[in-house]
Amino acid sequence: MKSLSEIDTVSKRATRAADFSWGIAEEVGKNIRLLEMFGLPGIKNLNYYYKSRNKKNFEKLNHITAENKTKELEFCPIIAGVNFMDQVKTLENLNEIRFEKIAYPLLFLPFISRASEIIGRKLFLKIDNKEFLLNYNNSIYSNTLTHGILEIGNILSIKFLKNIDFFSENEWNELYKLSEDTFVEENDSLKKNAAGAGLTDND
Amino acid sequence: MKIELRDPNIVMKLSRLGSFHQSKLSFLRSFLKEFKDWKYKKDLFELDEFGHGVAVYSFNKNNRVYSLICFANDLDEKERSDRVIATKWDAAFTLYDGSPTKKDIERLKNEVPKQEVGRLSYKELTLSRANKSVRVFDHVVESLSKGIQPDINLLSKVGYLYRTTAVYGSGKFGLADRFRIKNREEIYGPFRLEMMLVYLVRQFTFDQVNHVAKNKDPKKAIALDLEICRNLGIGNSTGLGMAPFIVNHPTLLHNWIHARETALKNIREIKNIKNEDSDLFKNCLKRSVKNITSWNTDSKYQQKKIETLFNDLNIFINFLENNFNFSKEFAFNEIYLWLEKNSGDECVEYVVSMMMEPYNDIINPLVKKMSSEEENYFNIPTDRKVMELKEILENKYSQILNIDFSKKENNKNFWFISKNKEEPRLADRFKENGADLEQPLAIARDIKKLFEKLSLSKNSSTIDKFLAKNNDLRHVVRRAFIVEKFPYSEIQDNTIGESIIPIDMLRLKLSFFGASKFDPRSDKWLRICMFQGAPLAEQLNNYDDHWIYNSLN
Repeated sequence: MKSLSEIDTVSKRATRAADFSWGIAEEVGKNIRLLEMFGLPGIKNLNYYYKSRNKKNFEKLNHITAENKTKELEFCPIIAGVNFMDQVKTLENLNEIRFEKIAYPLLFLPFISRASEIIGRKLFLKIDNKEFLLNYNNSIYSNTLTHGILEIGNILSIKFLKNIDFFSENEWNELYKLSEDTFVEENDSLKKNAAGAGLTDND
Repeated sequence: MKIELRDPNIVMKLSRLGSFHQSKLSFLRSFLKEFKDWKYKKDLFELDEFGHGVAVYSFNKNNRVYSLICFANDLDEKERSDRVIATKWDAAFTLYDGSPTKKDIERLKNEVPKQEVGRLSYKELTLSRANKSVRVFDHVVESLSKGIQPDINLLSKVGYLYRTTAVYGSGKFGLADRFRIKNREEIYGPFRLEMMLVYLVRQFTFDQVNHVAKNKDPKKAIALDLEICRNLGIGNSTGLGMAPFIVNHPTLLHNWIHARETALKNIREIKNIKNEDSDLFKNCLKRSVKNITSWNTDSKYQQKKIETLFNDLNIFINFLENNFNFSKEFAFNEIYLWLEKNSGDECVEYVVSMMMEPYNDIINPLVKKMSSEEENYFNIPTDRKVMELKEILENKYSQILNIDFSKKENNKNFWFISKNKEEPRLADRFKENGADLEQPLAIARDIKKLFEKLSLSKNSSTIDKFLAKNNDLRHVVRRAFIVEKFPYSEIQDNTIGESIIPIDMLRLKLSFFGASKFDPRSDKWLRICMFQGAPLAEQLNNYDDHWIYNSLN
């Protein structure tokens, strides 16, 4: 089994060899390490993407907007991803961002995962019918178990989820009430002596 | 009195970093301290009469076990080479996480001796190989088998029976990734498992030499005297492989240097020095001078450094004994200021190391701060402004920005990775091929480029917009934001200039390892010695913390 350190190093060097800058290569090294750690086929997709770059060109998406449509070619997932991550703080005011035709979109995914950590918000990524919930770069929840190569994402959308609870106030209160059973009811003596500050803490 | 930390523009110059020496902060010393109450055991020793076979040594405590597995092989004289291009060695080692089964040993027997072309697993933590100093090893075997102890002078000159030529860890060749083990308290200090490997290898070399001598003449042979063993270390040949490490791990480098600088600052701030502390300082200093005289090197460069150090130290000791009184306030600060005025870099840094000796209370907490969670500082704060980045460069790289990289001498070399061994190398870009595949280690040049590009950008613009057009400089944008928080993270020198001495980078790292006897064999590789004078494994539970100055050699 390859170590994550080897995966990072080889991905970084291969990315540089594929003519990306060293700085971007560093990002891709970290990303592929992340994908493989989460059980997603990073190496496989990176390898096939770099092979396909020998045969065709991809469009560089430098400025991310609410709607990102290709003029002709498919978007490069690395350039689109790095710019999304870099620009995420200005993009989070938008509710949803859409992309058309991103090549090898699994390579785009770790940038979104890291963006989720940067802004401290959960992000919901949809690649055609595949859904990914990105939890602050700590985990990725998906409705798809994919071990293969995903050559293209025709329609992609990213939703910035609000930092809200995924449970009702009632559910919270019920559980809170149960948790209170670990507390000790204070009698006068405890009130007087156990806190240290006494009954009056005004000075 | 409040003393400021030393200026990174002075400390982080290569000439200064290349003058660092081992200290109480060094990893091999902190390793011994951490493992002194672990139970040491020789678990397996199955060698033939020539010393070839398998041995296993372990440290264990509270159900945690680390085992060194040694494979000693027959090696044709013609195949013995310390160079990284070698493919066979006298012995190969791995540090195993736990107690290996027979099946593990069988598996590793096929992989460990192959080193870089073998495959290890997440159960193995570090990997290394070593060659005998044949001259010394044979002499010791010959002497012991005749019932006499070997010639101390010869041993003293070399300092070891074996020298390692590489020690790998952190996920290389399938070894365990750092994330698997980083939360273990006993290894919360850099390179602790690498140090453990080297330390146990040292024990193996003594057991092997005794074993071979005994087999040579079972009736007459005696064991190598324990005091002689204690005064032998493990040699190490090391080259450029180490140099990029300190560039590629900026926050880790900062934490090492910051620990050293904080120690110095805290010691200079001590108002009244206790007699016992000044006595210990003076004692260590005087005893250490003997070690300097035992450095043997053919390198003119190093000979000159040793000579200057030796002379400066003698002048300093004379000053200390005849013109200095430790009863004055802030005595160590006085000493430091005197050194800066009267001594060279080598001597200043040597004495700085010595100053730490009496102060466990200052040093011990710093040892625990010398690792780094590098991932936490990887992301670029792209919402910051161009103006802010420019200010960082002006403040943190002021001398670098004065270098003119259009001059050939400032742009002479390039760093690359050799295809043969995947190891870093340095070459002249105007004479050799390959500069188009240059590694991102020309930080000074790229920082200057970044500054020039920023100067053409709108100050109020944000970094995300700058990067969208200038991703070729992304690697140095990241570094600049790191250096803003970690001022000792960057070498304040030109690593591609004509006058670069790469072994300065190696010496910096090796000094933190705790190496001694720096012996440069060229400007790109050197030999050193580790653990010379260190307590033997069975003496660990009761040893002198200042063992490094007790060496007889």
